[in-house]
Amino acid sequence: MAFFSVENIRIKGIGAAVPKKEISNWDYTYISESDRKLLIKTTGVEKRRTIGDSGVTETDLAKAAAEKLLIETNTSKDEIEILVFVSQTPDYFLPASSILLQNRLGLKKSCMAFDINLGCSGYVYGLSAISSIMSSGKFKKGLLLAGDTSTIGTPWEDKSVYPLFGDSGTATLLEYDETAAKTTFSLNSDGSGYEAIIVRDGGTRSPYTRESFDLKERNQGVIRADRNLELNGMEVFNFSVTVVPKHLDEFLQKTATTPDSYDFFVMHQANMLMNETIRKKLKFPREKVPYSIQKFGNTSSGSIPLTIASELKDTVAGEKTFLMSGFGVGLSWATVSLKTNNLICTDIVEI
Amino acid sequence: MDINELIGKLQGEFEDIPPGTLKPESKISDIEGWGSMHALIVIALADTDYGVTIKGDELRKVQSVQELYDLIIEKQKNPSE
Repeated sequence: MAFFSVENIRIKGIGAAVPKKEISNWDYTYISESDRKLLIKTTGVEKRRTIGDSGVTETDLAKAAAEKLLIETNTSKDEIEILVFVSQTPDYFLPASSILLQNRLGLKKSCMAFDINLGCSGYVYGLSAISSIMSSGKFKKGLLLAGDTSTIGTPWEDKSVYPLFGDSGTATLLEYDETAAKTTFSLNSDGSGYEAIIVRDGGTRSPYTRESFDLKERNQGVIRADRNLELNGMEVFNFSVTVVPKHLDEFLQKTATTPDSYDFFVMHQANMLMNETIRKKLKFPREKVPYSIQKFGNTSSGSIPLTIASELKDTVAGEKTFLMSGFGVGLSWATVSLKTNNLICTDIVEI
Repeated sequence: MDINELIGKLQGEFEDIPPGTLKPESKISDIEGWGSMHALIVIALADTDYGVTIKGDELRKVQSVQELYDLIIEKQKNPSE
């Protein structure tokens, strides 16, 4: 069972970057006005950011978020000993984007760097990996960069994905500190649900062909190509309102905590109805559960840090206790409880 | 609960469906504008308000509001199924 604690590591700061281009779902004229209203009410997504055809990639967003965070936390680039990049929209098949970022950020060559290929659960998985390595190696400082440019794979003609997703890049600075409270993780996976959220073509199982780019009608209002993102909303919804709350209940039991023990419960921003169903089942008060989905949509692995930077910036002075949970593509789900002390959140950078 | 309570809750969620449209015998697929968002709302409502989990394929088999009600009652009696 992947349930464990890491000692001596604390999150020092969180920053985020989004593309300048904003899209409003009120302008999504592909569906009727009443469908639009219901869509916004159900998913919670009013506005989103997209890279569009700007040529900006996830590493550009992550770099912008990281640079601002390093400045605002007075961190020298030479202090960073590990960089972990979590994304499913890397620059290349190879080399890994984390290594490109080591160079582009001007980090030293003795800094270790690697990628993690996870989405919705990716931030918590990334935290577990970087915290564990920093703790065992007594690394002073490390950078976790997480985010996706999901809108590269969500065509206007597919109402099941187009209005949901937004792009973002985030940076989290961690530091070694022997006075830090322990961080506790639970990490899980279920590959039998691999088709629930999938990009079918472009990997080695099903390489690109000319047909990969052909838009085909799959359902009413769902026209996509096999290179695009495919989402089985009903299946993901069911997974999220059954497996996830049960997992969170167990996590609270194992850590001997209750909703009262936490200042904030930050969930992956999947879908407002889904997240609210989880929140109500766990009996977390609404004011402890921030949402950025209205402004930024579902931002995949960037959603938890983006929500913290966007919604909690002015409320994190002093010691704060967080529960964070990510769940989705894989299927994969992960939860962490941790404490921060005067967490620094930067303003969101627009590029 | 009785079926009118369920209808009241559904009516409350579906602002886009005119009041009085939903009756026990109403065919779900005939409701104007019915779509995947409504299905998600029904699944969430069954979960939060009635403590039962309805799967996507189970909901697709449900023809009428009465059948939806029966499914929820059945699941409440047999929580393991």
